[in-house]
Formats: sequence, structure tokens, C-alpha cells
Amino acid sequence: MAIDPKTVAHIATLARIKVTEAEKSALAGELSNIMRWIEQLDAVDTSGVEPVSSVVDAVLPWREDVVTAGGHPEQVLANAPQAVPPFFAVPKVVE
Amino acid sequence: MAALTELTLAEARDGLSRRDFSARELAAAHVAAIAGARALNAFITETPDQALAMAEASDRRIAAGDAGPLEGIPLAIKDLFCTEGVLTTAASHILDGFRPPYESTVTANLWRAGAVMLGKANLDEFAMGSSNMTSHYGAVENPWRRRGDNRPLVPGGSSGGSAAAVAARLALGATGTDTGGSIRQPAAFCGIVGIKPTYGRCSRWGVVAFASSLDQAGSMARTVRDAAMLLQAMAGHDPKDSTSVPLPVPDLLGGLDDGVKGLRIGIPREYRVAGLSEEIDGLWRRGVEWLKDAGAEPVEISLPHTSYALPTYYIIAPAEASSNLARYDGVRFGLRVPGDTLDEMYENTRAAGFGAEVKRRVLIGTYVLSAGYYDAYYLKAQRVRARIVEDFRNAFARVDAILTPTAPSAAFALGEKMDDPIAMYLNDVFTVPASLAGLPGVSVPGGLSADGLPLGLQVLGRAFDEATVLRVGRAIERAAAFTAKPAMIGGRA
Repeated sequence: MAIDPKTVAHIATLARIKVTEAEKSALAGELSNIMRWIEQLDAVDTSGVEPVSSVVDAVLPWREDVVTAGGHPEQVLANAPQAVPPFFAVPKVVE
Repeated sequence: MAALTELTLAEARDGLSRRDFSARELAAAHVAAIAGARALNAFITETPDQALAMAEASDRRIAAGDAGPLEGIPLAIKDLFCTEGVLTTAASHILDGFRPPYESTVTANLWRAGAVMLGKANLDEFAMGSSNMTSHYGAVENPWRRRGDNRPLVPGGSSGGSAAAVAARLALGATGTDTGGSIRQPAAFCGIVGIKPTYGRCSRWGVVAFASSLDQAGSMARTVRDAAMLLQAMAGHDPKDSTSVPLPVPDLLGGLDDGVKGLRIGIPREYRVAGLSEEIDGLWRRGVEWLKDAGAEPVEISLPHTSYALPTYYIIAPAEASSNLARYDGVRFGLRVPGDTLDEMYENTRAAGFGAEVKRRVLIGTYVLSAGYYDAYYLKAQRVRARIVEDFRNAFARVDAILTPTAPSAAFALGEKMDDPIAMYLNDVFTVPASLAGLPGVSVPGGLSADGLPLGLQVLGRAFDEATVLRVGRAIERAAAFTAKPAMIGGRA
């Protein structure tokens, strides 16, 4: 399926990536080529085939719902571009 | 005595235990080689002080008779593994300045075994690429050159810095990660050995995530034995990764030289793809003869859905990447580019922080997961993936291992294939199917192309049967007797 610049703008918003007008048309071409190449999968008969969710024959393990690590707010914040300990700081969201 | 950087990992370990040289001398020789080879751009961060300090600690443990299996062995660590207090970038601008407060399980296992960290190796941004050209920190040069041609070549990717460092004798071994071929293809391009173990064999905890159902750590070294020694230390169950399997790691070294007598080796006819070069096909045929001469039985097999593996991969991997990379939002770590609103800050940060290929994949992934397309693309791909898994299951009912070329060509020039994403994706045509099925695979150097570049052969095995994969790889290594060396070694051209 061809992806037009309007669709690029929509998915870029969903993905929270700012794209310029010029990027939109370039990406529309590139992504359309990739999607056209991908569409050869339509030729595979997958009726009655269960989708793979894991290649490992293992059941996800259970564990007690307890804290196994924590109590290190300074480590959690150490890499933050901006912090007001013990919080991450972001631009004002609510007036 | 040969230069310390020319030793194999196994030879270096023996030399250390005989006290022929110290771990500090071994580390210092590699630190000097790295400093002399900066033109390759194999490392994003060099850690010489840490290397020497770790080596001195190794010398003390050796003196105390308390040496681990990799005691004093200097390694390059792909900069996708979190290393406590040491810059970890994933080769992306968006992780600017990120110093993890924790250590990945795989690297922690290596340090517990006594290994020494030389630095963080360059890679494609977020491991997305087959050339190492997408790194924010610049391309890596392959230490090999075409005969009579001095133009720089790519080392392959995404573990390109790891492969170049090992080939150029800047490290005795390296860690890599492989999502669709990112250990095996650069190993082939650089004339070294690289193994991707079974999905679940190595913990993914502390490895920057790309596509979580495919990502797997593995080892790169100059011999099969060296790669096996590294993997033996890296692998193992880790409760911190729920997909890490609670199985004991078998002995990967004991049976390495047992040979392949009586093994049935599958030769998949679908890998004889249209346009496969005579050179690659010839190497593949030689590989079959080598194994036959060593007593194995070649068996022609069919993996009917092979040609659908790449398009399947290019739905699943971007879909998982778009989800994994959502965490890079300028709030908790790395780059922040201001904006008037929170949303604008996210959008500015991600626009500036991600490179072109990463954006392409995040957008493709967002598209195939978006409302109305999820069934048509993502579920369809997961169903085709089931077919591919089934192909391998049927084949492994008849054979013990599968032999294929690793890559459809030798290393190409820096800058080539950058304007055509699909041409770049085709590099992984032989490695992606086993990734989708979670199976182990090793690339072993098989010979040189007409213009003097290394070519690799790939051995695939049953899930959790790395021992057979390595044993077959060792038989190829012995028959191929690959002794060629790259043009640039140990910091000298």
C-alpha cells in the first residue's frame, strides 16, 4: 500500500517524531517502497496458522509480587536531563 | 614470543597461567594497539584505565591461585551492553551522556569470569543496520582492503566495531548482539568467528533493546574455540530476563574437536538464491566437500518459506523497535531538546536524537501496529513466522545441522547501498530466517574472495544445541585453514 505524506504525518505524530514538510514527502516514498516489498507476504497461505508469540517453549515464570530492587531515587534520577529530586522535571502540562 | 595481540584467547589464557606474561602486560599491549588504530573508529569509548585496573586485579587473582576461566582476557564490549558508570550510547545521539547505574547480566558474567574491559565498541545506531554506517559516532572501517585497492570497506553490522576490533587484533574477543544477523554478517565481513546462540540462552537484561523477540547476545573471536570460551561464560539463566531459559549451559568446549563423522548436514536448496555469486556458491560447495571429507553426510533439504523471511523480519523487528524505543522521550535519560509543550519536547527530542534509519524503522513499526493495520501486517507476519519455524522443525527432524553461506557478498565500500534501504536489508537474507526461529548459528571464515576479502560459512543448529553448531564450525575451521590477515593489524597498516 502506498503511504502518502498525510499518513506519514499521522504516524509521525503517533511516534512523537517531528518531521518537516520535505521529510514527509521523502519518507512517503521510502516507506511506500518498503511496504510494497513487504506485501509479497500476501502470497503465503497462513489460514489456520497460529501467530508466533514466542519461539521459546517456556511458560513465563511466576514470582512473588514483592519489591526486589528499589530505594535508590538518586540512581533513578542520575541520568535525568532535568530533575527536582525526587521527581523528573518536564515542561508545564497543566496551567 | 609473538606479539601479545597476535595470540588467540586460548593461547593468552595458557600464557597467563604459565606466567609467561602478566594480565597487565596483555591489557597494555591491547590498549596501545587500540590507541594506534583510532582510524578504524572501532570504539566509541576507550576505557584504558579501567582495563589496566581490572588486569591488575586479575594478576592478583592469578597469583592467589584464584583465576576465573577468562582471567585477564581483554575484550571489546559492544556499546549496546549497559556498563555501570561507563558511557553507554547504543551509537545514538538520543542516549547522550547516559551512564547506567547497573551492569548488564552478560557483561557481569564476563567480569565474574575474570575478563577485562578495553572499551565500548561502535555499532549501527540501536543495532539497526548491516554496515555500521548508521552510527551517530561515525562509520567503522573494516581492517581488510581489497587487493590493490585502498578504498575503505564496511565491517558489516550491526556489531561492526566488535568485528573490526577483533580482526585488527585490538581485542582477543568481543561481545556482539544479533537480531537478524548482526553478529554473523560482520564476523563474515571481517574474517572472524561469531556465534549467535539460541534465543533465551543469554540474558537480555541490561542490553539496550531493539526487537525483544529476536535480540540475542553472542560472542566474536578469531577462532571457534575462543568464541566458545566466551559464550560459555556469557550464557546462563537469569531471573531478571523472563525469556532467559532455566536450562543449564552445556559444556561447549569438551566436544569441540570430536569431528562431524556420522552427522547429517542439511543443504537448503532455497538458499541458492537468484543472482548468488559464483564465488559464494563455490565456497558453499567447498564447505559441503570439507564436511563430507570429515565423515558427515550432506542431505539436500527444503526450507520453503525462506524467501519470506526478510519481509517478515521487516514487519516484526520495526514493530517491536517502535515499542521499545518509545522510552526515549527526553525525560529520564539522554538528550532533551526543549519545546513549548510536553508533546513538542518529545517530538523535538526524538527528531534530533534518532538517525534516519532508526526513524524509518520506528515509523514503519508504528504504521504496521496502528489501528486497522495490525491484523494485515503484524499478525500476518507472526503467522508467516510460524511457517518459518515449522520449516526448520521439519528440517531438523532429518539433519543435525544446516550449512549455508553467511552473507550474499564480501564487504562492500563505505557509503554503498545507503540510498536503498532494501538493498541493505538483503545483506541478511541468509541470517534472518534462523533469527526468526530463534535458532543458534555460527559464522566461520571459509576463504577469500578473488579480490582478497574474507567470506564466511554459516552453520545453524537445533534450539539449545550450540555444542553441535560449534563442533561443525570447528570442522570447517580446520578444513578451511584460514590464516589470511587484514591489511591493518594492531594499529599498524
